[in-house]
Amino acid sequence: MTYTFLQHYWCFIVSLLGAILVFLLFVQGANSIIFSLGTTEQERRLLVNSTGRKWEFTFTTLVTFGGAFFASYPLFYSTSFGGAYWLWMFILFSFVLQAVSYEFQNKIGNIIGAKTFQFFLVLNGIVGPLLLGGAVATFFEGSNFIVEKSNLINDYAITPVISRWTNASHGLDALLNPWVLTFGLAVLFLARTLGILYVRNNVANDDIQQRSHKQLLINATIFVVLFVVYLVHLLTKDGYAFDDSGVIFIEQYKYFHNAIDMWYLTLVLLIGVVFVLWGIASDYFKDSKCGIWFAGIGTVLTVTPLLLLSAWNHTAYYPSTTDLQSSLTLENSCSSYFTLNTMFWVSLLVPFVLAYIVYAWRKIDSKKIDLDEIEKDHHAY
Amino acid sequence: MTNLILSIDAGTIDWSRAQFALTAIYHWLFVPLTLGLAVIMGFAETIYYKKRTSFWKETTQFWQRLFGVNFAMGVATGIILEFEFGTNWSNYSWFVGDIFGAPLAIEGIVAFFMESTFVAVMFFGWKKVSAGFHLASTWLTGAGATISAWWILVANSWMQYPVGCNFNPDTMRNEMTSFFDVALSPFAIDKFCHTVISSWIIGAVFVVAVSCWFLLKKRHICMAVQSIRIAVVVGLFAALGAGLTGHKSGQTIAQVQPMKLAAMEALYEGGTEQGLKIVEGIEIPYGLSMMATNTLDGYVPGINNLLNGYIKNDGTIEPSADEKIQRGKIAIQALADYRKAKADDADEATLAEHLALLETNYQYFGYGYVKDKKDLIPPIFLNFWAFRIMVGLGCLFILFFGLIFILIYDIPYLSLICRRLLSAIGLLPETASDKASGADAMPQWLCWAAIIMVPLAYLASESGWLVAEFGRQPWTIQDMLPTWVAVSDLQSSSIITTFFIFLILFTTMLAIEINILIKQIKKGPAL
Repeated sequence: MTYTFLQHYWCFIVSLLGAILVFLLFVQGANSIIFSLGTTEQERRLLVNSTGRKWEFTFTTLVTFGGAFFASYPLFYSTSFGGAYWLWMFILFSFVLQAVSYEFQNKIGNIIGAKTFQFFLVLNGIVGPLLLGGAVATFFEGSNFIVEKSNLINDYAITPVISRWTNASHGLDALLNPWVLTFGLAVLFLARTLGILYVRNNVANDDIQQRSHKQLLINATIFVVLFVVYLVHLLTKDGYAFDDSGVIFIEQYKYFHNAIDMWYLTLVLLIGVVFVLWGIASDYFKDSKCGIWFAGIGTVLTVTPLLLLSAWNHTAYYPSTTDLQSSLTLENSCSSYFTLNTMFWVSLLVPFVLAYIVYAWRKIDSKKIDLDEIEKDHHAY
Repeated sequence: MTNLILSIDAGTIDWSRAQFALTAIYHWLFVPLTLGLAVIMGFAETIYYKKRTSFWKETTQFWQRLFGVNFAMGVATGIILEFEFGTNWSNYSWFVGDIFGAPLAIEGIVAFFMESTFVAVMFFGWKKVSAGFHLASTWLTGAGATISAWWILVANSWMQYPVGCNFNPDTMRNEMTSFFDVALSPFAIDKFCHTVISSWIIGAVFVVAVSCWFLLKKRHICMAVQSIRIAVVVGLFAALGAGLTGHKSGQTIAQVQPMKLAAMEALYEGGTEQGLKIVEGIEIPYGLSMMATNTLDGYVPGINNLLNGYIKNDGTIEPSADEKIQRGKIAIQALADYRKAKADDADEATLAEHLALLETNYQYFGYGYVKDKKDLIPPIFLNFWAFRIMVGLGCLFILFFGLIFILIYDIPYLSLICRRLLSAIGLLPETASDKASGADAMPQWLCWAAIIMVPLAYLASESGWLVAEFGRQPWTIQDMLPTWVAVSDLQSSSIITTFFIFLILFTTMLAIEINILIKQIKKGPAL
């Protein structure tokens, strides 16, 4: 295996994890509308228990996504997390609140009330996808940072820190970019759409089913509009490319060129989009209740190549808008050959992990969740 | 180097350290109980699997409910720790990310998914999967948590004892050269064994304490006694194991982190035939030499020896701190010269010359960032007392579990001796029978003592971590990267804000968790 292959392979693994994470954000999406889907305490409890059996997967995927990024592209970890401090901190705060909200909300001894924890779930349901989407959008739109490795040994450097953010907002400035916001909102409404499809598949309650049917159309429509708008913008915007010597330059229509050069990614992306649309349509028009599977697979098939378009084909995947040459590429930000190679063998465990997750998921979801089950379950949230 | 060091805001360093310490301390309030309870409820469910009685099912489910409340907080605090390496220790993330990132990624892929998948089956699968699959899920949840501990402790151990890597001057970072040296470093093995086994103590103390509360209230007596019988075996094994693994850890520290050992002992002037201090003025003769070198007359360096240089037991000379600082500066300058020469397309001979100078002195690279050799001394008072609290309480746990084990299992002869000794000192009435078992074997004072043991167990556990982390100061990575060069380029005001957000958030959640746990315990099992 060559170093270049491993760099691209790990980009694929990280993108795949990112895509699975976007799919699993259905937990957040459903939580963001629990007050719309469930009008009574019992209905909300049903919804919380439905997503509550999956929240750990989302959480774990987020952690693994971070770990894989750290192991394979440590300069991104160091630059983005250390620089866009507030963006990542807001994401983390919201996920911390979510983690305890399930377990604590309906237990005797919860001194701040179930509603407070439901509010936390809604907050995480909105902030999580929106800001994660925003963070992903910076892969295309760029961020304000400078990387200078010699800072560590240069007596005259302003700071010994290698990666520096060039404004005091530390990541929140990204949200002032309307395109970052558009993509973040697209991810939020995709998460809500997936959440509704999941609820329709997982919850046995007529009232919730009725409301979710209505909500599906609204959220899916907003998602599709935002996604198409951003996709058009992406394919027509300038991108960040680099030549064989590693010099980074602006290339007109870079992402469009990527979509043409890597036609196989475009094909997968389009298949993914069709799956997502089919999942939504089949559930809305045919009341199939299986839309989550089509839309879920479609999400993974769409997001994986979308992320790869930002990095493969001599593209700087984390562009710096302050200093072009500080932009991160697969080559200049990755781990050593030895580490990527070692991690390659570890990554072969992923199918095995996925297999037992699918098996356990099927066992737990063998029957739709209803109020009767929750009332008899000692551990129900 | 002066300019370089002065340019870092001291508040950024201190608050970054404080924030990491805060999240780590909170995280470690929840993780050991998860690890310990996982073993005990695993045993309880195994008995249920064999006996299939509702008693054992309810007993298992009761402990699993408490496990669930605690588990959520462990997860919530854990995610912060992982991302804080990036958010607050940006330079660190690049400088050693090639090595450090791998264990974190493996932890996610191998351990977290196992934990999160099977914990859902454990909680919600009682009526949905077979008893065998459920039992496997319970054990796999514990296994996932333990494997997770393995990988994060591998990462932490590497910071204490960096092995299996080389510095690459072109990429300006350390790169892994041997995965097995990192994953199976003796430091990591010792740390894993000591940390996980000592976590079982917390699980065991918790179960014994809750069970004793039921005995005092005369409720669920059978469940309480049976739970104590499981927990005390786990606890005694763990307390003895923690002692053995702790001794082994101490020996490793003596080899690779002598300054930490000197700080733990507040030993300023070392020498041969060193005694081990119990407290200032009272010591076990030859104890420290024996612990550190396995010989009665082995040389143990003190803080001043480490700063001024000394001759090691193998006859080699350990340079003084001044010399290390000087050589560190030479290494940094050689690296700067190498990079400049490379940028200027210098000839191979010039590059090789700079590289040779760098390699000769790289061992002391981190010292080049040290202004004053006094900065190399970790906090003495904290290390000294944290170590004594940990060891002292560890010995108490051996006695505690040993006594309960003897009494509750009514061990022939030993039980009789213990009961008569307790009678002699007034802890058992003179009229007490020589034979007692079950609830009758647990005198009221011992039940109260068990409850008092809960905060003490946490104190011991946190003290252990304080020794491990404060003893390493000022290094983020031992001898390689001091804290003030590892940080992110952030304003201290940002970190102060997030510090207090975390403090308020975690403290509120902890208060809620404790309240829920108390209410759940009061409610008791559905027996």
